[in-house]
Amino acid sequence: MCNTVRSRRWSHLALVAALAAFLVLAAAACGSSPDESASPQPQVQADQLIVATTTSLNDSGLLEDVVLPAYKELFPDVTVKVVAVGSGEAMAMGAKGEADVLMVHSPDDEAQFMADGNGTLRLPVAYNYFVLVGPKDDPAGVATAKDATAAFTAIADTKSTFVSRGDESGTNKKELKIWESAGITPEGDWYLSTGQGMGETLRITSEKQGYTLTDLGTFLSQQDTLDLAVLSKETEDLKNIYNVIIVNQNKFPTVNAASSEQMAQVLVSKTGQAAIAEYGKDTYGQPLFYPYANSLGAY
Amino acid sequence: MQIIWDGIREAMRLIFGGDADVLQITLRSLWVSGLALLIAVLIGVPVGSLIALRHFRGRRLVVTTINTGMAAPPVVVGLLVALFLTRNGPLGQFRLLYSTWAMVIAQVIIAFPIVAGLSLAALQQLDLGLRQQIAALGAGRFQTFVAQLREIRIALLAAVMAAFGAVISEVGAVIMVGGNIKGQTQVLTGAIVQETRIGRFAIAIALAVILMALAFGTNLALTLIQQKDRHSA
Repeated sequence: MCNTVRSRRWSHLALVAALAAFLVLAAAACGSSPDESASPQPQVQADQLIVATTTSLNDSGLLEDVVLPAYKELFPDVTVKVVAVGSGEAMAMGAKGEADVLMVHSPDDEAQFMADGNGTLRLPVAYNYFVLVGPKDDPAGVATAKDATAAFTAIADTKSTFVSRGDESGTNKKELKIWESAGITPEGDWYLSTGQGMGETLRITSEKQGYTLTDLGTFLSQQDTLDLAVLSKETEDLKNIYNVIIVNQNKFPTVNAASSEQMAQVLVSKTGQAAIAEYGKDTYGQPLFYPYANSLGAY
Repeated sequence: MQIIWDGIREAMRLIFGGDADVLQITLRSLWVSGLALLIAVLIGVPVGSLIALRHFRGRRLVVTTINTGMAAPPVVVGLLVALFLTRNGPLGQFRLLYSTWAMVIAQVIIAFPIVAGLSLAALQQLDLGLRQQIAALGAGRFQTFVAQLREIRIALLAAVMAAFGAVISEVGAVIMVGGNIKGQTQVLTGAIVQETRIGRFAIAIALAVILMALAFGTNLALTLIQQKDRHSA
């Protein structure tokens, strides 16, 4: 008898303690926000530039090997911080003024981002084509399909395994768009969603001997350890355009617009575009990006 | 701040509204970690006991290995299991990578040293005379063994709690060998990582609350059993 009463009291105490701890934490989180509005004048940190970029652009090495050194040479006083996230997350950062410049590849979301007044300038800097990779024996026969939409239809018809990133990244958005244009709602045992990055998703695709949509750079950098082959051609519905977006300083006063513009200039300048066109030839025998000719002369 | 309150409100709706996805992820977590724990206990307790009660060559090395295993980082276990299970790996023909079985294997490897190590330590602290006493009362070898386990049952429960806490909250290994595949191998921890990364905080909070409740509930139940006869003695 005595025991049950004791243990019940004990468990009540523990519950109350847990609730109290939670409330204290919540209150602490709550208390921190009002200070921001009370602070006098937000200052632009002119010697720091935060770049929110899609992972594929960062993982390819283009930023680290080409863009950042070129920028550093022209503007040695500015520290560039690269935050590599999905396009969706990069724009979410931009929409809160937490990044100064974005490099993304998710056209519909970008248009919305600009329409919401979150950016002042959006320029294409490079493009390439997504690739559909799959088992070397290609059971769904996608290699002969006329475009990605037809290939996706063949995969769904044969219920061949397809591995999706399912992480709302630019690549994931593109994949969903192709399913949409094929008039297919992908679901069932054959459609796997990993919620992870391109590298992990390629690993899983290789193990499961399925198909997946990937950017070329990530695939080429890993292909030695993957049991997969490129099965698509450079068709219009696989085109992948990378844009640079300057976040709106009028909306978010702390945005370093000056440095953002300089970064955009470096990207679309003649030398910048030439460097982009060369990138990847040494390592893979083929370029990873095409320069976006329309941008030439924008500055 | 608004985002946190919205998240909590939406989380409560998901939990108490019986959201199918949330329920499925929760049950999978319990199944994977529960099965791994069961296997780890079934192997860990006898192995721990053998090492504690027998003397043999290389015993210290074995004890050191088990103690090291207790602190093995889950990502290292994940790497090892992935290397063995990959299509071209030594056990590749079973096609186990990115399945719940692979996750169970990894979690058994994480939980086993904890169960074995803690039961070993508890048995070693038992009075040597006790064993002789039990034997003197005419108990057989197996009966003696069971009687000793009864003596250390509180320590055994602590071992089970520690092992369950380690596997249910572990994220590195399950993502590496499970692949976090939605509807197939996604468990609570992996789902929390993913939803937070995408910015869907409500569902992340809901899953986090469930994970905390599971850990709390299990430990509460085990603690109640453990403390049951504390005052009646």
